[in-house]
Amino acid sequence: MFVITGNRLLDGGVVFLAPALAWVEDIQLARRYESDKNAREVVASLGEVVVSLDIIPVAYDDEGVVQPLRLRERIRVGGPTVNPFEGIHLERSHTGKPS
Amino acid sequence: MYRYDEFDAAFVRQRVEQFRNQVGRRISGELTEDEFKPLRLMNGLYLQLHAYMLRIAIPYGTLNSHQLHKLADVATKYDRGYAHFTTRQNVQYNWPTLSDTPDILAELAEVDMHAIQTSGNCIRNVTTDHFAGAAHDEIADPRVYAEIIRQWSSLHPEFSFLPRKFKIAINGARKDRAAIRVHDIGLQLVETKDGGVGFDVYIGGGQGRTPMIGKLVAEAVAEADILNYLEAVLRVYNRYGRRDNKYKARIKILVHETGLEQLQADIAEEYALAKSSLLDVPQTEIDRINAYFAMPELRTDKVGADALARLRVQNAGFSRWVSRNTHAHKVDDHVSVTISLKPVGGVPGDATDAQMHLVADLASRYGYDEIRVSHEQNLVLPHVAKGDLLTIYEALVEADLAEANVGLVTDIIACPGLDYCALANARSIPIAQAISNRLGDPARQQEIGPVTLNISGCINACGHHHVGHIGILGVDKKGEELYQLTLGGAADEHTSIGTILGRGFDAEELIDAVELVLDTYLGLRLNKDEIFIEAYRRVGPQPFKDALYPNGKQAA
Repeated sequence: MFVITGNRLLDGGVVFLAPALAWVEDIQLARRYESDKNAREVVASLGEVVVSLDIIPVAYDDEGVVQPLRLRERIRVGGPTVNPFEGIHLERSHTGKPS
Repeated sequence: MYRYDEFDAAFVRQRVEQFRNQVGRRISGELTEDEFKPLRLMNGLYLQLHAYMLRIAIPYGTLNSHQLHKLADVATKYDRGYAHFTTRQNVQYNWPTLSDTPDILAELAEVDMHAIQTSGNCIRNVTTDHFAGAAHDEIADPRVYAEIIRQWSSLHPEFSFLPRKFKIAINGARKDRAAIRVHDIGLQLVETKDGGVGFDVYIGGGQGRTPMIGKLVAEAVAEADILNYLEAVLRVYNRYGRRDNKYKARIKILVHETGLEQLQADIAEEYALAKSSLLDVPQTEIDRINAYFAMPELRTDKVGADALARLRVQNAGFSRWVSRNTHAHKVDDHVSVTISLKPVGGVPGDATDAQMHLVADLASRYGYDEIRVSHEQNLVLPHVAKGDLLTIYEALVEADLAEANVGLVTDIIACPGLDYCALANARSIPIAQAISNRLGDPARQQEIGPVTLNISGCINACGHHHVGHIGILGVDKKGEELYQLTLGGAADEHTSIGTILGRGFDAEELIDAVELVLDTYLGLRLNKDEIFIEAYRRVGPQPFKDALYPNGKQAA
């Protein structure tokens, strides 16, 4: 099972291709492809609002949640596993305020 | 420090506007990603795992307080409130947006900074000793020549598309603090017979997948001839360096495959053509640039210096910090202060905006407005009166910047690793944090003594693992992170490449393995004065292998 992922052109954010060619941040909403051949055909037809496109293998875990098989992709989904300073979270961006 | 002249300032501003136009055309769809990617990389903008990453050049690691305040402001305004100082004395932001990048570069241009030549197959930022101009053991100030090389190499039309990236390091002291023997070109300033200064030139050093120690290719090249000589080396590399295979394209492979003798002949031929050309460095220019790097007028502070011993007796934490984090200065009543960016359990090289503002304020108030970035990923105030040390220490304590660990086991060099980097195979930062937490007790660190521990998350070796006394390399083994341990590396005047001990460890085993290596050292050292690397050189890897692999299972 595969999903299509990439980084948004404007901010580099990690996104996944959902049904109806929408890009979403939540991998659970991603469209799943049984073969990477199907996924490759879709990738070939996509425009360039998302870059660094990739087709990644995923599987359901014991709780039925979609998980990337590779660690690299799990980190892309979850963000850095280290949180350098208190108050820095993935959703924090461009606050314009000193930490 | 060097200030941009009119030409520099106009050029950098023009470059920002060019990039603004390129970004606009990319966003409108006029440029494809394939067309745009080389343009953004030429301006230091990478795409990493989660976001763009912007790498800003800090020429030879030298900053003034305005520049550091600006780096902090950029972190606040455009990023997530922190920045990462790198092993190439540069700084990286992990979360800029594409559309903000031209504004970031425009703000940096206001303080004479840019991101040019921080990527691509060109001559990168020249790095040097972080104590340059201040160190007691200095032959000549390397920043002067680093600046001359910067001007020569910036947008050099012949060397903008080399076979591969090219890194030059220059050291002016007797002790090598710039790791010159693991650079494409390493320059060591030496005294010449006529009482002047010259350069011993090492070529073909490097880390990455094929680590090699640079070879001495010329001795005591005269000051006036240095650009001619560098031009000759670069021309030979540009012509013969392998462009057919990315992994064999660095000059170290050319040196290895061609042999030093033949290469020296090739360089000599080019040198004869280049010598006495327009590239001769006139003494007037050396003097002009030297003036930018003149020692500031240091205040005399004998009373403060005399009081230091008494203050140290009263405050054990302060005393420990002075022992570890200060370095002897040319002038007796001053020292150079290293501000550790390695709090126990922290991320090596990261600093918050507030921390950067504080260091900039301390530099402007007590440090003659000078700051350095070290390739060990710390910050340095090169000139500090001994009488100001306690005030500085107390301010640093408040900001979680007073870790007294410079040169100790928690002063870890680590690349961003798989938490950020698109090239990485394994995480580096959590390993650094776990080791730091395990061994961070001050008494324990003191007992272990001086040792370098370097971590890379892939074979590209940004974390300098090959030249750590203890080196850790993260690899991907069937989808799992695995860590190889190397011992015996060094990046100083006795440079050596570490030896892989045996099979790798998972993250949990690794922390135990590092501690076992250190306990083995403590058990076999002749006395407390025999530091880790000396003991290793005396006994070799076997006792450590025996401890780590008691059943002889060393196969990788």
